[in-house]
Amino acid sequence: MKEQNKNSTAANELNVVPFKTRMRPYLIVAPALLITIGIMIPFIMSIYYSLTSYSFRLPNYSFIGLKNWIAILKSGGFWKAVWVTLRYAFFSTALEMLLGMGVAMLLNNLNNKFSKILRVALIFPLMVAPITATIIWQLMLNNSVGIVEKFLNIFGVYNFPWAAGASTAMMTVVMIDVWVNTSFCMLLVLAGLQSLPKSPFESAKIDGGSPWFNFINLTLPMLKPSLYIALLFRLMAALQEYAIIFGLTKGGPGDTLMNLSLTSYQTGFQFQKFGYALPYILVLWIFINMVAKQIVKRQRAAQKQAAGLEE
Amino acid sequence: MKKRLLSVLLCTAMISTMLIGCGGGGNEGGGGGSDEPAEMGSAEDFDWKNCDGTTINVMFNEHNYSKAVISKIEEFEELTGITVEYSSTPESNYFDKLNTALSSRSGTPDVYMTGAYQVWEYASAGYMEPLDDYINNPAKTAADYNFDDFLSATVDPLRWDLVPGHAVGEGSQWALPMGWELNNLAYNKSVFEDKQLTVPTTTDELLEVAESLNEFAGSGSYGIAVRGTREWATIHPGYMSLFATWGAKDFEIEDGKLVCKLDSKEAIEMTDYWVKLIKAAGPSQWSNYTWYEASSDLGAGKAAMLFDATSAGYFQNFEGASDQSGNIAWSTIPLPEGKTEADMKANVWIWSMAMNADSKNKDAAWLFLQYFTSPEYMQYAGTDGASPDTPRQSVMDSAEYKEIVGSADNYLESIEVLSENATIQFTPQPYFFECTTKWAEVLQDLVLTDKYSSTEEAMKQLKKDLDTIVSDLEVSE
Repeated sequence: MKEQNKNSTAANELNVVPFKTRMRPYLIVAPALLITIGIMIPFIMSIYYSLTSYSFRLPNYSFIGLKNWIAILKSGGFWKAVWVTLRYAFFSTALEMLLGMGVAMLLNNLNNKFSKILRVALIFPLMVAPITATIIWQLMLNNSVGIVEKFLNIFGVYNFPWAAGASTAMMTVVMIDVWVNTSFCMLLVLAGLQSLPKSPFESAKIDGGSPWFNFINLTLPMLKPSLYIALLFRLMAALQEYAIIFGLTKGGPGDTLMNLSLTSYQTGFQFQKFGYALPYILVLWIFINMVAKQIVKRQRAAQKQAAGLEE
Repeated sequence: MKKRLLSVLLCTAMISTMLIGCGGGGNEGGGGGSDEPAEMGSAEDFDWKNCDGTTINVMFNEHNYSKAVISKIEEFEELTGITVEYSSTPESNYFDKLNTALSSRSGTPDVYMTGAYQVWEYASAGYMEPLDDYINNPAKTAADYNFDDFLSATVDPLRWDLVPGHAVGEGSQWALPMGWELNNLAYNKSVFEDKQLTVPTTTDELLEVAESLNEFAGSGSYGIAVRGTREWATIHPGYMSLFATWGAKDFEIEDGKLVCKLDSKEAIEMTDYWVKLIKAAGPSQWSNYTWYEASSDLGAGKAAMLFDATSAGYFQNFEGASDQSGNIAWSTIPLPEGKTEADMKANVWIWSMAMNADSKNKDAAWLFLQYFTSPEYMQYAGTDGASPDTPRQSVMDSAEYKEIVGSADNYLESIEVLSENATIQFTPQPYFFECTTKWAEVLQDLVLTDKYSSTEEAMKQLKKDLDTIVSDLEVSE
């Protein structure tokens, strides 16, 4: 009996995992958990406040259910903001992707000293904060002192309205966005191009494949994972765009450039109607989440396809 | 053990007493102010060193007025022993930053730069400390402060009874003026001489002259510079001054409610005129024009006239300030048909300083406010070019001020004429910024888009929108 007890105590001692070891998994997960809590608390709070009359200018607020949401969905301003958000995101992302891909392919093919200098020079705009870039462009596009105006004068174009015109404002902000962010797409695509295997291209060359054939059947399918990554980052940022539009026109002329971010900011911080401002940003969050999920799903499928794991 | 505990408690009590010794003061709870009169001390208790060792935080908008204050902070610190920490933010983001800071109710900043229209929002929200009990308390205010020396047009608009729709001038004093701005016509006199034009005195003449001055100095030059950004600042200077002179009103009280009057005949006529003026002779990038772009164009010789704040042109005129320094002269407000000089109603803007109702250092904050609105400081600010529109009568009367500011052609004379009816022409109400932003948006639509078939249609729609915005305000007559 004594022997039996002795054996079981020894076994228990062996089974006792040291405290540090037991805590290790929790410690590893802790930072991620803290970040998640840090994200989720304000997120849940914002959902709650969107159901209240919370305002910076009132000492008290009350729970009003879906009143803010219904009022916003009924207002013309909301749908106008959705339309501006989508147009801006579509034009800026499409142009950045196309230009980024084009420039990356050129640089990949050039592969000489000049292309190395270009690679460095082309990422300069990416190092400039969007609001700084906007101020620089604002000065360049100014009709009194701007260099662009002086350049256009050579061709007989005077006082081009740029961001001050209702029909040219969207083009102007998209142009600045493209100037700042095209190099981001270019970098990702260039990295993707340089990681492509050489053998399929050599085989195609032997078989007499044209450049277009190679691009459509080899480059593009294998480059898809990189393209989806670039698309994910740019589309998400373009849907949330704030700095360029606010810096250049504050959403004007009229409500031409009032997208969801700007409308929410204006309602919350300038008009101090915080509860009323939150649904705009929550709708944007839901939309971005849905779009991002779709892109990630497709990126994974493309990655598998490129690796030959899936037909 | 008990002894140790007792000594810790005593030490804590001592330190707390020392720390809060210079705090408090004024009305507890702030904001709405207290109905009970504060206890008044005697003049012997006043000492600039009363808050020695305190640190206060001040938020400034980037402006010539704040630059002048900042240049004298060291002197203030030496005099009072108070340490001043400050930040200066460009105007485009200043009020957003301030809104966030005040709504946190942390008590920081202790003092902040504000405008007269902000009083309607901040005082209603309880972010402003009423200053009457400080001004009237001889233990807190130096004997030579002389509050009555302030021009009434500069302190009355900062006084309000917190009732939406009620005019300014009654109730608590919520802020003190740093400088005030009226709005009138400034013009390039050498251009007018060259073109042998006379300064327009009526709105018809203004439109005609402005149109004739397009391209007066080659391509890109134009008749008249006015603001056009999508914000309240577009409405309050030239537009609002002419709007009021035309006889139009923004709101009126009807049956205990604020009712928008932007669909009145006068409001529609005036707005229609303004749109025509901008289309005929305004800047090509008008919708991006703040006071800075508008006044810079006058200074650069690109615009022949400027309808904006008095000081906006002044800052372009002193020696070395711009290309057209010394060429700028001032007139008053061009009159619509049937109106006389007695109908001229300049809208007023007052850069001011206020105390945060949640400040933990109210007495020190008051010393700061007092020092930087004192007669001595105002003399300095008024004569070194920072504040040409001084809020103090004693400065206006000084020979030095008259010599410096009076050298600007017709500057003081036009201010004298405009001062007669100069006040805030807006109806005080806490949704001021939302309403005027919407107003500016409609103005941009009228000038730049085909959204509305007529000014009348736009103003009727705007009236509906503004009525909705202010619909929850209850107004007692």
